[in-house]
Amino acid sequence: MSAHQQPVSAFWWLHQWSYLLFVLRELSSVFVAWFVVYLLMLVSAVSAGQGPYEDFLAWSGQGWVLVLNVVALAFVLLHAVTWFALAPRAIVVPRVPPWVVLVAHYLAWAVLSAGVVWVVLR
Amino acid sequence: MKNTPKTITMQVTRFRPGEDEAPVVQSYEVPLRKEWAVLDGLNHIKDHLDGTLSYRWSCRMGICGSCGMTVNGKPQLSCATFLTDYAPGPVRVEPLRNFPVIRDLVVDISDFMEKLPKVKPWLIHDGEPPEGEFLQTPREMDEYKKYSMCINCMLCYSACPVYALEPEFLGPAAIALGQRYNLDSRDDGAEDRRDVLASAAGVWACTFVGECSTACPKGVDPAGAIQRYKLTAAVSALKDYLLPRGARR
Amino acid sequence: MSRRSPEPLVWLLFSGGGMVAALLVPVLLVLFGLAFPLGWLPAPDHEHLLALVRHPVTKLVLFGLCAMALFHWAHRFRYTLYDGLKLKQASTLIIVVCYGTAVVGSVVAGVVLLRA
Repeated sequence: MSAHQQPVSAFWWLHQWSYLLFVLRELSSVFVAWFVVYLLMLVSAVSAGQGPYEDFLAWSGQGWVLVLNVVALAFVLLHAVTWFALAPRAIVVPRVPPWVVLVAHYLAWAVLSAGVVWVVLR
Repeated sequence: MKNTPKTITMQVTRFRPGEDEAPVVQSYEVPLRKEWAVLDGLNHIKDHLDGTLSYRWSCRMGICGSCGMTVNGKPQLSCATFLTDYAPGPVRVEPLRNFPVIRDLVVDISDFMEKLPKVKPWLIHDGEPPEGEFLQTPREMDEYKKYSMCINCMLCYSACPVYALEPEFLGPAAIALGQRYNLDSRDDGAEDRRDVLASAAGVWACTFVGECSTACPKGVDPAGAIQRYKLTAAVSALKDYLLPRGARR
Repeated sequence: MSRRSPEPLVWLLFSGGGMVAALLVPVLLVLFGLAFPLGWLPAPDHEHLLALVRHPVTKLVLFGLCAMALFHWAHRFRYTLYDGLKLKQASTLIIVVCYGTAVVGSVVAGVVLLRA
């Protein structure tokens, strides 16, 4: 049959804001991976001693590292917000309305964040 | 508004197999009336301006699912999308994306028609049927009611970039319909559907873009159905890995 | 399609990693990526952090975070390459590179944390 096949552009994700947001959400994972690298560098520096830890603090204050971490934070927040928004649609608890599942995630986020701050700054 | 224009331009994609190499756009001026849907505009063209225009429609009330088209870039039921919402125009009317175009606005839906029965969208009941009615509480019905609203209009397939890129993907509506029966208290077919739903071309192909649920004119939320099934399938798979054969289920 | 497909398991790792990353990474990134370097908060002294990092519970939590977050990245990035760049043809290579990196990264994380 001589049906016309509608082509799909490699840049389909630029054609619509919601598609672009989807791709940005997926790319947040790159910054999650960057954070793992950053965290492991911090742990190595701390375990190597006082001097290396201070070197790490100085390095983490450099312009490009700060910019990278600001961008990473924006993407990680995008990840967190979209992740929590999707959670009630995957986790369906009998007789519990979806908004309760959503609120539970945000509560867990708040409690864990406060816990981490407390442990680190204690 | 005082100077409301009395007409609107409809830019309709035409494709005449054997004549056109590729689709071409043809513009028509149609009356702009507040009660007119895009479909009424097309009917006006067909009846008064150009009888050769081809498109599918039937019920005009969002039940039959046959008049899906791309209106100003979005998948819509043309009977439920009003011309005044696009005033002063022009309004672009294209065939549903992600399907081969047979002629003008008519697309080939055979891919979907082949996939749909694979999820066994009917009640599978072990044992004897009950005497009389198959009883179900309102709460049991609420479990699946949302998914049963699907009218097979395929707007979700048209909105789905995964289906666009991976034509073997089972797709939003078929998976949501599988879930509609899995979640029905009268059904025992979840195991039968699992090989199809929990396959690489089934739920695992979905990356939760979520546009299927945005496009759905019936509030089915196929993206949610898929995500929910992923969790179910992953837990079942984990049991398969961890438990000895006899202890499964 | 075989029931023994690894897809559900990598999806569980992806989901677990996504959850851990959403819950823990923002606060850690704010503290160690911005607040301490920019002096919004005084950086914790070395002794305290060393004690913290050497605590077995911290090691376990950080290892879980690192490994699962890496698998989260691997899974998402794999599909981003498939869809965003239409690279489904190179699927085997992409799978090896993505999950391979996550495995190697997890081993590195384990070694760094054990030796801390």
